[in-house]
Amino acid sequence: MHADARKLVTIVTEAALERRLVEDLKRLGAHGYTISDARGEGSRGVRSAGWEASSNIRVEVICDEATAEAIAGHLKAIYYANYAMILYLSDVGVLRPQKF
Amino acid sequence: MLPIDPIVLFFILGLAAGLARSDLRLPGAVYEFLSVILLLAIGLKGGVELAQQSLVALLPQMIAVVLMGLALPLVAYPLLRGIGRLARADAASIAAHYGSVSIGTYAVAVAWLIAREVTFEEYLPLLLVLLEMPAIVVGIMLARGVSADTDWKSLAHEVLLGKSIVLLVGGLLIGWAAGPVALEPVSGLFFGLFHGVLALFLLEMGLVAAGQVTSLRRHGLFLVVFGVVFPLFGALVGAVLGWLLGLSPGGTMLLATLAASASYIAVPAAMRMALPEANPALSLTASLGITFPFNILVGIPLYHQLAGLLHRLGG
Repeated sequence: MHADARKLVTIVTEAALERRLVEDLKRLGAHGYTISDARGEGSRGVRSAGWEASSNIRVEVICDEATAEAIAGHLKAIYYANYAMILYLSDVGVLRPQKF
Repeated sequence: MLPIDPIVLFFILGLAAGLARSDLRLPGAVYEFLSVILLLAIGLKGGVELAQQSLVALLPQMIAVVLMGLALPLVAYPLLRGIGRLARADAASIAAHYGSVSIGTYAVAVAWLIAREVTFEEYLPLLLVLLEMPAIVVGIMLARGVSADTDWKSLAHEVLLGKSIVLLVGGLLIGWAAGPVALEPVSGLFFGLFHGVLALFLLEMGLVAAGQVTSLRRHGLFLVVFGVVFPLFGALVGAVLGWLLGLSPGGTMLLATLAASASYIAVPAAMRMALPEANPALSLTASLGITFPFNILVGIPLYHQLAGLLHRLGG
């Protein structure tokens, strides 16, 4: 089976950022995204998701390499300094390249 | 005097379980649900009562309360900067938290009064709504100055359409429009279960407050002292204001409680957007780890005595 190469951008960050983040992703050319609630612990302490201010989200976007780089660059510049955020890229194969 | 309230014992249970690292944990969705019921119940109660009042007659109270919400952070900020030696954004953010109000604390104070059959002005949720916002504006201006490039439009959206304001104002409007008789079918959920819902909410708040303790150790004595002393000052301001405005002793106590409480829903969300460089651990440790437990366990009975004292002295 043939699969086209795309990038999966995964972002784990504060739930408070959701709306702004979604606007950024669309503006930077993402065709879609998936958000799920998440919890965990990192350099900014335990994010237990017990209540608003300690909730995290995981945002996943599949896109081409240029868009992935644009997203990564933008988020790094705007949010890394002050928000609990990690972002990583992985290679994935998709069956319908026109969707992404 | 009644013994300690059962709802307060639920808070202590949550606190103890959290401190002992129990695996007790309410899902985030349950916390959301409980807070939705509490916010709507408080709004509905206020709205029903508001329908009996003329808004014009309440105008002086509304203006006075907004002025108090503007003034409290202006007092807190120099203390945080000068004595606490906090960074500008951190001081401004904490000042905003303490100028705004905690709905959970208000709910506990209401339950406290109901348990003792003390009457109070039931339209006070209106003042609660008005107290949520001014401190946020003052906090941002303290951090950024007046000519700032703050995105007020999206911030206004964030605050005015935040969960707590939407549900409180929505509840007020529904209660106001429907009246007590029409609300009868839903009153079982919102009023009948109020104390039970509050008890569960406080259990969760105890767990959350216990979670702040580790960061408490890191941020030291100043925050602990501030988290106790500033509410006492706020309560004094609120109680005197309530007395001047002619509120009943119960209403005076509630206004003192509002002034003493620190926000942990609306303001943290707004500060995260408007002042991202402010460390949220500092303000949440103070408001949730210290001030909330202090008000629940010690403050509320104290503020009731304070209100009684003012009314006895002033007649």
